[in-house]
Amino acid sequence: MTEELHDVRLIVNGMTYPLRVPARRLLSDALRHDLGLTGTHVGCEHGVCGACTVLVDGRPMRSCLMFAVSAVDSEITTVEGLTERDGSAEGRLGPVQQAFLECHGLQCGFCTPGFLTTITAGLRHNPDPTEDEAREMIAGNLCRCTGYTNIVRSVLRAAEIASEQ
Amino acid sequence: MFGEKVQRVEDQRFLRGQGRYADDVLVGQRVLHAAVLRSPHAHARIVDIDVSGVLDVEGVHLVWTYDDLAAQTTAPAMGEPLPLLIPHPALTHGRTQYALAKDEVNHVGEAIAFVVADDRYLAEDAVGRIRVAYDVLPPVVGIAAARAAEHLTHDDVPGNVAARMEQENGDARAAIASAPHTLSLDLTIERSASMPMEGRGTVARWDPDTGRLTVWTSTQTSTGVRAAVAAKLGMDLAQVDVITPDVGGGFGVKINHPWPEELLVPLAARTIGGIVKFTEDRREHFISSAHERGQVHHVEVGFDDEGRVLGLDVQFWHDNGAYTPYGLIVPIITSTQLLGPYKPGAYRVVFESLYTNTVMVTPYRGAGRPQGCYVMERTMDAIAAALGRDRTEVRSANFIQPDEFPYDQGLIFQDGRELEYDSGDYPASLEKLKALVGWDEFPAFREEMAREGRRVGIGLACYVEGTGVGPYEGAHVHIETSGKVKVAIGLTTQGQGHATAFAQIVADALGVPFDRIEVVSGDTRRMPYAVGTFASRAAVMSGSAVHLAALRAREKVLRIAAEALEAAEDDLEIVDGVVSVKGTPEHTASIDLGTVAVLSNPLRYAFDEASKAATQFSVGDPGKPPVAEGDEPGLEGKDFYSPERSTFANGMHAVIVETDPDTAEITILKYAVVHDCGRLINPMIVEGQIHGGVAQGVGGALYERMAYDESGQLVNASYMDFLMPYVTEVPRRIDIDHLETPSPLNPLGIKGAGEAGVIPSAAVFASAIEDAEGIVITAMPISPSELFELRQAHPSVESVETKEPS
Repeated sequence: MTEELHDVRLIVNGMTYPLRVPARRLLSDALRHDLGLTGTHVGCEHGVCGACTVLVDGRPMRSCLMFAVSAVDSEITTVEGLTERDGSAEGRLGPVQQAFLECHGLQCGFCTPGFLTTITAGLRHNPDPTEDEAREMIAGNLCRCTGYTNIVRSVLRAAEIASEQ
Repeated sequence: MFGEKVQRVEDQRFLRGQGRYADDVLVGQRVLHAAVLRSPHAHARIVDIDVSGVLDVEGVHLVWTYDDLAAQTTAPAMGEPLPLLIPHPALTHGRTQYALAKDEVNHVGEAIAFVVADDRYLAEDAVGRIRVAYDVLPPVVGIAAARAAEHLTHDDVPGNVAARMEQENGDARAAIASAPHTLSLDLTIERSASMPMEGRGTVARWDPDTGRLTVWTSTQTSTGVRAAVAAKLGMDLAQVDVITPDVGGGFGVKINHPWPEELLVPLAARTIGGIVKFTEDRREHFISSAHERGQVHHVEVGFDDEGRVLGLDVQFWHDNGAYTPYGLIVPIITSTQLLGPYKPGAYRVVFESLYTNTVMVTPYRGAGRPQGCYVMERTMDAIAAALGRDRTEVRSANFIQPDEFPYDQGLIFQDGRELEYDSGDYPASLEKLKALVGWDEFPAFREEMAREGRRVGIGLACYVEGTGVGPYEGAHVHIETSGKVKVAIGLTTQGQGHATAFAQIVADALGVPFDRIEVVSGDTRRMPYAVGTFASRAAVMSGSAVHLAALRAREKVLRIAAEALEAAEDDLEIVDGVVSVKGTPEHTASIDLGTVAVLSNPLRYAFDEASKAATQFSVGDPGKPPVAEGDEPGLEGKDFYSPERSTFANGMHAVIVETDPDTAEITILKYAVVHDCGRLINPMIVEGQIHGGVAQGVGGALYERMAYDESGQLVNASYMDFLMPYVTEVPRRIDIDHLETPSPLNPLGIKGAGEAGVIPSAAVFASAIEDAEGIVITAMPISPSELFELRQAHPSVESVETKEPS
């Protein structure tokens, strides 16, 4: 029994990766195990927790509910792609990342990449959210550590940082 | 830096997607993946397991059942049951599972077979080919069925009773019999679980060249796993290293060890001679990791006209699930911490720990305290209602007073030591809480809301939490010739910010800039002796050890620097990583820590600038050995902290809820926390712990339960159906006030803070909902449907708007 493999190209964080995968390989597994981009985390494998959220053509998608072969031709952004170039090797934290740092918006860090990608997309859509809108923006992601208080603060702070830039 | 809201150093890694969790380890190398066949039945005999055809699946390397484990000649202990970590004389019928089920299964999800393949997809394909013939047995599900004992979980455990334990201080029954007032209450609380966002995960690499095994596992104790792996695999401790990578939340479930996969993965790595990984999926976490909380209590209480408890007699039944690897820790904590900040005249507690054919029970954040707090606080509310007194007055009448510390409750605590509270100021805490939540203003608010046709209630709950249990924790501080300070602690970290908080302690003790300090945790190569992260003990235990170890390093720094600067040690100070003579102008008579580190080592190869700089100093007497007797080369400090007993943090929560008159929906209007965990190392981190605890508590009080059907199937084993709070379910804001009553038991005066936020939740919501509805609440969690049914059953109290404010 040999699985049929498919040649695909994934465009992730601006880089193009050639890949040979079975049709059933999840995008989350391809990102993590085939491309080594382990910043995307898998919390539930059924699309509820949001930890695996990546941006597909700018829209937040659950990478555990997508096949790698169905992400071909899309621009994918993972947490590793949220930093901004500033001449240093590691880059500068993006506004959402910086806000999480300032507001203690993370504890164990496992759900964090999904929040960062979700909020990044959310702020593009609504750059100046009210507190209610900030809560709405993150209402599809689970966090077991923070109780969300500081994540809501982080959303509002990220909007400030982004507008200052 | 102690007491400052310092931003966390670990966040840079996490925010950039560069955390390294178990499933991330060794990605890019040839890693084989494991999958586990789990029991679909709650209770069954295994008649036959047919694995033929499994190895025919391309890419499958190995398939094991119990028989394969029993046949391991180099690891004979793999055929034995898993260890019972914490035995207790009262645990007369302790039972643990096998790494793979032998002859029978006792809960849905119990591991039966183990497969290793090229990837997880193939491993699961292979698992699907295994055929097991079962002889299904009647399951025992729930405390009522366990007590009735019509069926047994384990044939050789009569009445399903794993343990019966009794403690008494005074003559509680006599005190109740002679009390002016008495009440009895029956209270239940259901199961929930830790549910970290990252499940369990283990990676092992066998190195055939050195004959060593390296294990990365998502655990709350690396040293415990190391000892277990060595013992079970028949290896010397020195051949096994356990490294705890970043851990995506623990909340208790990862303190139990070894999990079957923590042994099977290393054994498979050794057998195959490579790297093997197991990553638990979410459904597996629901049905094969641990749960907690399920208990049923019967309370008899006698009290006087002021509500003072003269006698308290509690009997409870604890559902320990199918196995008892963690002993009686949870029910012992319930039975002792139930007393909270109060001093009943006499107290007796009896519990039975019962087997059921469900997932086993080990500590989950709070570890038995939420149940105890719920029972005690329900009792306080019942006394207040019976006497028509304010609920805060009844509590005040029962508080241990500030001048009564240390206060001995006359019981034996979880650590086998006396339950003796070290410090606290409960009346002051209550005053703060009343002010914070607006207790005295609430009756007016209630009337105002009633005029709008809205129904609100207020509740409060108080707890005491034994934190920082022993036996010990250690730390190692190493000052490198670069002047950087490397700190190792032995326990593990799961998001509590240890790398930040402990660096703050070192910065103060050593006079080193914060950004030059790096803290490593949970790596047995760096600290082979350590206990683990549980019982809100890390700050108290490792924090104290780090402080002591840094002071040791400081002593050596000063000794060497004094000689080099030809000054007295007492005249020296360390500021910003530079030792200088106090009161002298800057840059004169000073030496930086890197240079001191060079001087500490008589081997002086000039690898770096610090070594070159050191040549200007001459240290040592040419007539003596280069390393003096009793001294060691290198600039290090190591120490262990081992306290006599636990330190007792405390706190009080209050909540105002609104209940919808039609839908019975429960909304949180205000949530207030007064918290006393002694001196705060980093208030930002402590508040984060409280926020998270409160959210978990809201889940436990209003949403989360393990829905087992009568056949022992967990019907809500997914995030779709197990209702963990999203942001939409938690309080919009949590008002927090701190009291800082230092602990006299450790050098920094700290108490633990990790679990506190979750302890009073069931109690405080029961109190507030009861207050809103005028219906006695005796079972938690409570859903809108259940509240609606309660209303149907109590039509007489339907018009609560007219109820007098309490």
